[in-house]
Amino acid sequence: MIEILHFFDVFTSSLDVFIDGLWITLKLSVVSLFIAIIIGLFFAILKISNIKPLQWIADGYIWIVRGTPLIVQIFILFYGLTDILLIPMFWAGAAGLAFHSGAYIAEIIRGAIQSIDQGQKEAARSLGMTKSLSMRRIILPQAFRRAVPSLGNQFIIGIKDSSLVSFIGMQDLFGVASTMGSNTFDFFPYFLTVAVYYLLIVLVLTFVVNKVEKRLAVSD
Amino acid sequence: MDGKEMLRVEQLNKSFGDLNVLKGVDLTVNESDVVVLIGASGSGKSTLLRCLNFLELKNSGRIIVEGEQVEPKTHDLNKVREKVGMVFQHFNLFPHKTVLGNVIEAPIQVKGIDKKEAMEEGKALLNKVGLGDKYDVYPSKLSGGQKQRVAIARALAMKPDIMLFDEPTSALDPELVGEVLTTMKELAQDGMTMVVVTHEMGFAREVADYVLYMHEGQIVEYGHPSEIFDNPKEERTRAFLNSVL
Repeated sequence: MIEILHFFDVFTSSLDVFIDGLWITLKLSVVSLFIAIIIGLFFAILKISNIKPLQWIADGYIWIVRGTPLIVQIFILFYGLTDILLIPMFWAGAAGLAFHSGAYIAEIIRGAIQSIDQGQKEAARSLGMTKSLSMRRIILPQAFRRAVPSLGNQFIIGIKDSSLVSFIGMQDLFGVASTMGSNTFDFFPYFLTVAVYYLLIVLVLTFVVNKVEKRLAVSD
Repeated sequence: MDGKEMLRVEQLNKSFGDLNVLKGVDLTVNESDVVVLIGASGSGKSTLLRCLNFLELKNSGRIIVEGEQVEPKTHDLNKVREKVGMVFQHFNLFPHKTVLGNVIEAPIQVKGIDKKEAMEEGKALLNKVGLGDKYDVYPSKLSGGQKQRVAIARALAMKPDIMLFDEPTSALDPELVGEVLTTMKELAQDGMTMVVVTHEMGFAREVADYVLYMHEGQIVEYGHPSEIFDNPKEERTRAFLNSVL
């Protein structure tokens, strides 16, 4: 009982410090996932192209991302980008996360594109549409619809994975919790607090994804 | 009586791997002709049709569209496809677009027609195929026959000179076949040049100017419907007709 009261006390009194961390986590997640979608779309299209060397490039990228821990990727990109290219820490973190999520998103989008019936492409081409026009206007809109549940899932993973940027010194939600815990030697309530923040973010995101799914379902 | 030549195929060969699907096919289609291809499944009639708008690329032979020999390597096939509309067995409507959205997509995106104008023309076409009350409906809400009529309107919206029909009624419930055939008949009466692959022998007999019987990648016999149906010269044609009629 005392523990629970203490947690509520920590939770309410730490609101202002966690707000800063929340802002960084959200900014980082949105920026990195936005870049990841572009990376993912790019590599998905390489993979479905009929040009072998392009497929190899996409395979290589996906192999590297899947074959190494995210924390290693973040460290490599952080030390590479901030030391050698003098890029700010935020962008190094965002690049690391985007580089990672991009591979998974590429596979999600590729699968969705390939699941669209071949007849859709044929109908588009038979109307005189070019390859890229039929991809943009006919295939991709359908593929994105189909990919929404998996993409939502990947976004949730991406938001939670963003906590790893605290290891390169960023004061995101998890970074704030670590710092507060170390400063006060009172780790438990702070990590419990940060768990609540992540739960709330994921709750909101899940709600949004469900809404989007419903809205896109009007044509079904 | 023969109009201008719209489409000519000379010595067309097409194979998938080791399988020769088309073996030296010759075919001429003149303006306003309705040519119906019949034959057993696997005889190559759908492949022939798909070669005509280059959804399948020939191995050898010539395809001449409105007097111009079309080579996939040197010609912009998209430009050719604008002139050659196609209707598919499985409709292939765009499920994420409304009925009207399906019809106006290509005129706007490919031909660059003003949206307002495209919508007016699209609505006129939908009225013509009897779907004037379905503009804003999504394809998933339509019956098979309605879907196929939207697909016909969608192809017509590009104002093609030639229309190809690939078994347009084969995926339909029997009671819905009639409405699609009626639409096609009206199109033929308007003077559209049509090449139709179908198993509907009644339609072939009534509407076709020429009927072609295909067997194992070759055109075995062609002629006016009365010649083919009432007095086939070839034994293989007779055997096929006996099996389907």
